[in-house]
Amino acid sequence: MAKLLGIDVGSTTVKACVLDEAGKILYSSYVRHFSRVKECVLSELEKIRPIAASFRVCITGSAGLGIAQRGKIPFVQEVQAAFGAIRRLYPDTDVAVELGGEDAKIIFVTGGTEQRMNGSCAGGTGAFIDQMATLLDITVEEMDALALRAERVYPIASRCGVFAKSDIQPLLNQGANKADIAASIFQAVVDQTVSGLAQGRRIKGKVLFLGGPLYFLKGLRLAFKRTLGLDDEHAIFPDSAPCFMSIGAAIYAAEEREESLDELAARLSVVQDSDNIAVGEPLFADQAEYDAFVARHMRSDLAFEDVRTYRGDAYLGIDSGSTTTKLMLITPENKILYSHYQSNNGQPLDIVADRLREIYSLIGDRIVIRGACVTGYGEDMMRAALKIDFGVVETMAHFKAALHFNPDVDFIIDIGGQDIKCFKVKNRAIDSIMLNEACSSGCGSFIQTFAKAMGMEIEEFSRLGLFARRPVELGSRCTVFMNSSVKQAQKEGASVEDISAGLSSSIVKNAIYKVIRARTPEELGDHIVVQGGTFLNDAVLRSFEKETGKQVVRPAIAGLMGAFGAALYAKENTPAEKLMSTIVSEAELRAFSYSSRSVTCKGCTSHCNVNILTFADGRRFISGNKCERGAGLPKPKDLPDIYACKYEKLLSLPHESVPGACGTVGLPMQLVMFEQLPLWTKFFETCGFRVVLSDRSSRDLYFRGQHTVASDTACYPAKLMHGHIESLLDRGVDFIFYPCESYNLDEHDSINHYNCPVVAYYPELLKANNERLTQENFVMPYLDPNDEATTVRSLHRALARWKLSPWLIRRAYRAGLAALEQYHADVVAEGKRILENAGREGRQVIVLAGRPYHADPEINHGIGKLLNSLGIAVLSEDAVYEEGDLVKVNVLNQWTYHARLYRAAEFVTHRKNVNLVQLVSFGCGIDAITTDEVRSILESRGKLYTQIKIDEINNLGVVKIRLRSMLAAIEELGRNT
Amino acid sequence: MKKQTEQKPTADFTRPYPVFTPAMKATHTILIPDMLPWHFDLLVHVMQRSGYRVEVLHNEGRAVIDEGLKHVHNDTCFPALCVIGQYLDALKSGKYDPDRTAVLITQSGGGCRASNYIPLIRKAMAAEFPQVPVLSLNFSGLEKGNGLQLTLTDLIKLAYAIFYGDLVMTCYNQTKPYEEEDGSAARVRTECVERLKRALDDGSFRKLGRCTKMVLNAFAAVRVRREEKVKVGIVGEIYVKYSPLGNSHLEDFLLSEGCEPVVPALMDFILYCVINNINDAKFYHKGKKTAWLFAIVYRWLYGKQKKIIALMKKQGRFEPLHDFEHLRRCADKVINQGVKMGEGWLIPAEMAALAETGTDNIVCAQPFGCLPNHIAGKGAVRALKQLYEHENIVPVDYDPSATRVNQENRIKLMLATARENLRAKQEERR
Repeated sequence: MAKLLGIDVGSTTVKACVLDEAGKILYSSYVRHFSRVKECVLSELEKIRPIAASFRVCITGSAGLGIAQRGKIPFVQEVQAAFGAIRRLYPDTDVAVELGGEDAKIIFVTGGTEQRMNGSCAGGTGAFIDQMATLLDITVEEMDALALRAERVYPIASRCGVFAKSDIQPLLNQGANKADIAASIFQAVVDQTVSGLAQGRRIKGKVLFLGGPLYFLKGLRLAFKRTLGLDDEHAIFPDSAPCFMSIGAAIYAAEEREESLDELAARLSVVQDSDNIAVGEPLFADQAEYDAFVARHMRSDLAFEDVRTYRGDAYLGIDSGSTTTKLMLITPENKILYSHYQSNNGQPLDIVADRLREIYSLIGDRIVIRGACVTGYGEDMMRAALKIDFGVVETMAHFKAALHFNPDVDFIIDIGGQDIKCFKVKNRAIDSIMLNEACSSGCGSFIQTFAKAMGMEIEEFSRLGLFARRPVELGSRCTVFMNSSVKQAQKEGASVEDISAGLSSSIVKNAIYKVIRARTPEELGDHIVVQGGTFLNDAVLRSFEKETGKQVVRPAIAGLMGAFGAALYAKENTPAEKLMSTIVSEAELRAFSYSSRSVTCKGCTSHCNVNILTFADGRRFISGNKCERGAGLPKPKDLPDIYACKYEKLLSLPHESVPGACGTVGLPMQLVMFEQLPLWTKFFETCGFRVVLSDRSSRDLYFRGQHTVASDTACYPAKLMHGHIESLLDRGVDFIFYPCESYNLDEHDSINHYNCPVVAYYPELLKANNERLTQENFVMPYLDPNDEATTVRSLHRALARWKLSPWLIRRAYRAGLAALEQYHADVVAEGKRILENAGREGRQVIVLAGRPYHADPEINHGIGKLLNSLGIAVLSEDAVYEEGDLVKVNVLNQWTYHARLYRAAEFVTHRKNVNLVQLVSFGCGIDAITTDEVRSILESRGKLYTQIKIDEINNLGVVKIRLRSMLAAIEELGRNT
Repeated sequence: MKKQTEQKPTADFTRPYPVFTPAMKATHTILIPDMLPWHFDLLVHVMQRSGYRVEVLHNEGRAVIDEGLKHVHNDTCFPALCVIGQYLDALKSGKYDPDRTAVLITQSGGGCRASNYIPLIRKAMAAEFPQVPVLSLNFSGLEKGNGLQLTLTDLIKLAYAIFYGDLVMTCYNQTKPYEEEDGSAARVRTECVERLKRALDDGSFRKLGRCTKMVLNAFAAVRVRREEKVKVGIVGEIYVKYSPLGNSHLEDFLLSEGCEPVVPALMDFILYCVINNINDAKFYHKGKKTAWLFAIVYRWLYGKQKKIIALMKKQGRFEPLHDFEHLRRCADKVINQGVKMGEGWLIPAEMAALAETGTDNIVCAQPFGCLPNHIAGKGAVRALKQLYEHENIVPVDYDPSATRVNQENRIKLMLATARENLRAKQEERR
């Protein structure tokens, strides 16, 4: 019998393996293919030539499908291949976990065989780890070594790389320990595997860990073992792990016919690239067109002044961005004396301090820094650490800079490393702001990550795209999706040039159609200024001009606009009598040093992770806190936050204290209970039950229920529900009550009064996916709260065990409804009080419009408190909607909670000091409809619209920038009218 | 139960949109999106005979998706994107005069956001072709005065057309994978559809028995190989379940993999919508006034379905359609019939019914982030697997940017298990 050859072509690597007749491994290899799949496989074939002249062959792997089909070589699906190898090599395995470059898989071997792969929206794979290592600017091996020295683990969203980035970046900027971050990244991968893949099935018994990352990364192994509670005997890491699938493929090859290597190689080498990739137009027809383009953009530049000879005043601007730090020193005539642009590599504070030292050495005593201003993510820290005069929100800084280049500007778009900012400008003031959401950030850092993955510098990579003949269409959703589109294009044989050009065009399309949501180029205006480091890339700039059909202004300092704007701000705001900036002097800088330490704040139940920077002179700076308490400041006098008020009101409803003759009922505090808790506590109390509420929401609570989450793209409130159910089961209640309600209360202001499908039917999902729930301990009647007769009937049936009379149930239900009405009235009254006080005090009010369950602090992450800290009173949609007029809207207005949003928006348009911010849960499909409508209601009456997307991400940095930008814009609007 | 205490004024934020006037019947071409090619062929035929110039769109490709992406919110479901993309791409192709074109879509009026497709389409049209009216085909009383005016006879004809469409689809799917001569099943399908069209014209479509037998016998006459193939059921969200544009030609892919696709009938979805109205009255005393009408419609439709099933059983060649009452009993094992948004309880019901009729392997197709499918699709899989040990379900998300390789790889994994199960079963029998 012939020797067996298995080839596993994964998304990033090629693994080959040769088995002899007895199943002994004669050869195995693991090489990165850098997207040159065919060449790589062919070279592997050459390497095994000495072993034999002919083999039985089988290919497996996600990237192997294409060449197997076109080269007519037998193919086996990779999970199947792994399964084959497991049965041969480790027959006593219970579960196998395999992490690959882009896929994550679980195979349950015993107790009902089942094989699962990650869904289309899931990080937690090798590519995710690579991406994170790039972000930390270390190699994956270094990251692994660091992780083993970690002392603590931060919560990091692992569902997608983009999210994780927005969790990690602030940690880095705050100076958190890299070792801890590395360990947190591995923990995130584990959590993703356990929740996203196992979905309700527990990983137990003998577990086999496969795939490259799990073989090479000890930190990751450790995290898996610890999380799953496995000892060495039950956690198996085979030596053959990296090429395990290829062994599986070789085993399957036994059933195929024997072929000579020459024949194979001949067939493979003529495999044609398929032509089913969509291609666009080239960016430039020829060199001449490119030259004209470059010449045109050369015109937008600033003048320079020699820092070594200049005498006089200067102003300093610092932009401490999420991934880069920028500095600029300008003269009062706006000439550049000094500028600097650098990747953060984790320590922005050190970078700025170093650059300041350099500036001081350059300017000697010829130049006086009159004023300095800082903007960006690191604003607060920089101001505190370096005693900088001013801080300005980055949107304003960018706006100021753009105005300088084109006073008639009516549209500004800034694409940075991490975020996209767009402003519409009217009458030299910002009219509306659009920022990218966490999930559509096809930004600059993506190209960078990709360039690195191809082993190239970003400049070289983008230059390649300029003259690509057939730029590929890569879609425009989010970077994770783009990632796999890129891989597919490569598998289909697209060149690096085509991909580079395609990426540029994707970034532009994402910005135009997803962030700006423009339908036609005309909407963007006539005087467009583009900025941000990403636009320095000519391919991106050209794509933008091609897509919009307009010529735009790109300043030569596009990457430094934030710093330039900050410097302008310092210049405009430094009073004439102030002769010198407060920024640390050269002498102080010499003695400057700091240490960083992170602790959990115990100030309140939020338990924020705060980071404390201690400076050499004894000053401290605290970040990561959501309120003043964490910052060590005295608590300010209570500012009105109806979100906190609602939450406390609900939790203080009578429960537990009342003894129940009938037993104990548990109510899970999420979703519909945030609205109906008064109804059901009163109802059960009247019926003679003791009511127990589930624990307060927290990330830990979420993890407790994570293993029963069936759909990882559902909203966070729904996923939290699983933890609430676990907490009630652990408390030993007699039963949990959670009704299914297709219809919510009819508030007579919409065409219908549905609940959203998730709110309405979540009990069904819980019952189906939590093995601890039974008919007895989980009562989930279907009812329509508007119809008493059927509700009483349904409750009577559901509670039949306790033999309650229908009359008692009806009385209790009526009492419950009265309690609910009282609660609504209380909320409305509290809203009125807040509004009146704010009016008296001349305070701004924001209606945080979301859903009742957004009152949960774990869901809103303390945005109310954050607004309070900015001096703003907070209302909710349910406190004000009744004051708003009835509305007729363009969309089908048929959900109770969503109808409140429209009326709340209408209400806001009548008040000068009231604005609306819409809170949207990530994954909420219905808000895809409401957001556009709420925006159009507000904008039709001259109000700004702001939206905040919330998820399990516990980082308010972006939210803060968004809110501050909005406040700055409101202020400016107020000044102009 | 809040009562309205005071009469508030109403603020009108609506933008005007063109309405489809009766006069337009003569002048306008009505475009409908592609979903079920053979059903729609018959339905369009009926509408054309009653005077509407209806045309089904078949355009595809990146341009369609790009148009959709431009005009639909990122988080809105994929079907809205496909449908809107198809309309706009067609209108821009120059084939249609935008001044004499309207577009039509069905609207269920349920608690799923799909009920909002009409406003979404209108918004897209307003940006590019503001003169094009958007018509709704619904039975929930929405959009009054802006729809097709169909007579009772037309409605009855449409119902028959759906039954016949289901029958042709079912027979074709059970013949095509086994045909001896390439293309013979497709030829018979075209023949049947043509004959059914003639029957719809001359009134003989009402002879349910004769028409059914005609189709059954025509397909039974196709020469087939006797072999066993892996059967794969397709369930899920109604658009991506059926539409080749929505599910990247899933049926063709399964055929190319040597499987027999098992696609449940469209009429089941219609019966599901009807029964939900009856259930609402029963559960919540909601819409009691019209419940009797739905009951009559249900009884009539169900009677016809039973007759077709009986004929299929009698002939014995084809696995019959699902009996709807049986589907309801299947649903009761897994989920409550109160789950009525989107495709709701119908999805687990079909998955259970498929398992009971020997189709263990199932693709549950859903748009990425589909809300009802969190519960009735992915959420129900675990419960189903406990009931049917061999059930082999793969939920697949469809999305403009999810790559086809990614989807097909998941389906291939399911097929690998399916083939192994089939082999084990065959060995057992030996």
